[in-house]
Amino acid sequence: MDTAISLAGKDFVLSAADVTAARSIVVMKEDQDKIQELDRFRLLSAGGDLGDVAQFTEYIQRNVHLYELRAGTSLSTRQIAHFIRGELARALRERPYEINLILGGYDQGEGTSLYYIDYLGSLHMMKYTAQGYAAYFVLSTLDRLYRPNMNLEEALEVLRACLDEMGRRFLLKQRHFMVKIADERGVRVLENAFVDASGTPTSSVTGAAAAAATS
Amino acid sequence: MYAPLEFLDRTFSLCSGSDICPSSDGDNTAAPMDLSLGRVRVPRGASIAPRLRDVLRDEQNSSLVKFLHGTTTLAFVFRDGIIVAVDSRASMGQYIGSGTVKKIIEINPYLLGTMAGGAADCSFWERYLGMRCRLHELQHRERISVAAASKLLANIVYEYKGMGLSMGTMIAGWDKTGPQLFYVDSDGVRLRGTRFSVGSGSTFAYGVLDQFYRWDMDAAEAAELGRRAIFHATHRDAYSGGYINVYHVKADGWVNLSHDDSGITKYAEYMGFRAQTAPTTASTVDTGAASTDTMIIES
Repeated sequence: MDTAISLAGKDFVLSAADVTAARSIVVMKEDQDKIQELDRFRLLSAGGDLGDVAQFTEYIQRNVHLYELRAGTSLSTRQIAHFIRGELARALRERPYEINLILGGYDQGEGTSLYYIDYLGSLHMMKYTAQGYAAYFVLSTLDRLYRPNMNLEEALEVLRACLDEMGRRFLLKQRHFMVKIADERGVRVLENAFVDASGTPTSSVTGAAAAAATS
Repeated sequence: MYAPLEFLDRTFSLCSGSDICPSSDGDNTAAPMDLSLGRVRVPRGASIAPRLRDVLRDEQNSSLVKFLHGTTTLAFVFRDGIIVAVDSRASMGQYIGSGTVKKIIEINPYLLGTMAGGAADCSFWERYLGMRCRLHELQHRERISVAAASKLLANIVYEYKGMGLSMGTMIAGWDKTGPQLFYVDSDGVRLRGTRFSVGSGSTFAYGVLDQFYRWDMDAAEAAELGRRAIFHATHRDAYSGGYINVYHVKADGWVNLSHDDSGITKYAEYMGFRAQTAPTTASTVDTGAASTDTMIIES
């Protein structure tokens, strides 16, 4: 039921995800951060089995960090994508991680890149993508509205249209979304870009989501 | 292999595992055997053999034999700490295995765990968690944080994912950072939060808890809210019942607040004089807006 939407702009990547953690039919939490910050320039949005998500994203994050400590240089977004795919493919025939991912990142000198990765180990480089039921609703919206080299305001406008569409047509109302950005300044939560399902910016969840981001 | 049980006036056999039961559904006429395991005494005329056989059948792969599949547990953080409240019923399918289970596990004087799912899984792994927490104290010369303790548990159960563990637990405690509450289950999920309810009665408990929760309660008020939420869950959920146990987690450790029968006494207290005064929900307190005594349903 997780929603993750990402798009690459001119020199940044925007990632949005809902913040709902549910068990069965019960909402347990509405400030869950589903966009892991792998390092200073990489965002990993994850949806699927909550236990697998927690273990896998943390495992990837620590290994990315470990590589940096050992090699003295950090992995590129592309290298991380292939590392993730390798780990998913290795697990696939033993005990698959039931998770689907979007990796976005900014590389100095190379610009932004965005990868769609699923639990079967498929890996695609995209300009924009979505995971979960969101894909059925917003990929067409993105097809229609996405333009390369958009600036942040334009990209946020596109994202808003996507979240608005989710609020309109998706049976499960996901009330709040968390938006993060990765660009040359690093990764950060867009403080005032928390958007509710109607697509209008709201500050009501800022505190909660900011707390979630730090936990 | 079957274990014969000798009852007051007759003897019958129970099947377990994959063996074929020699008896029909009714009484068994196998020769009495003294297993010196002690006798099970049941009322004359009661025929629990078929029922027990159902419950114990397919012990290997059935969840029927696991206790506590129906449960209501809750915990919430408020101004003066954390209230943890639970029921005490253990059910095996339709059969009430016990009505007096302690579902709040005292991990150490600062940490509480709750039980839902498999009783054995919960009590074993939370006892083990207690040992790991003590080892942490000895190694690091300070108490383990609630975050770390709950993560130990989450990592343990994640290793067993898909192998049949069944537990939904809340870890509550007070550490350097104040009152902390986590939800951990056998899928490996671990959530930090301020208000959780777990078990088959959890939706009913949430229904009361969410509506009447205020952060700014005193301990007595909060404990009463926890008690009421559990009561209303036991009232609606057939798999919850027995006694209502309430604990309060404070800065200097937990205290056991109460142990009440959830049955007729609480029913009289909580529902006997209902609708004379409209209860105030948290939202009516907060906003001071719409009053609750008139409800208009538009068609």
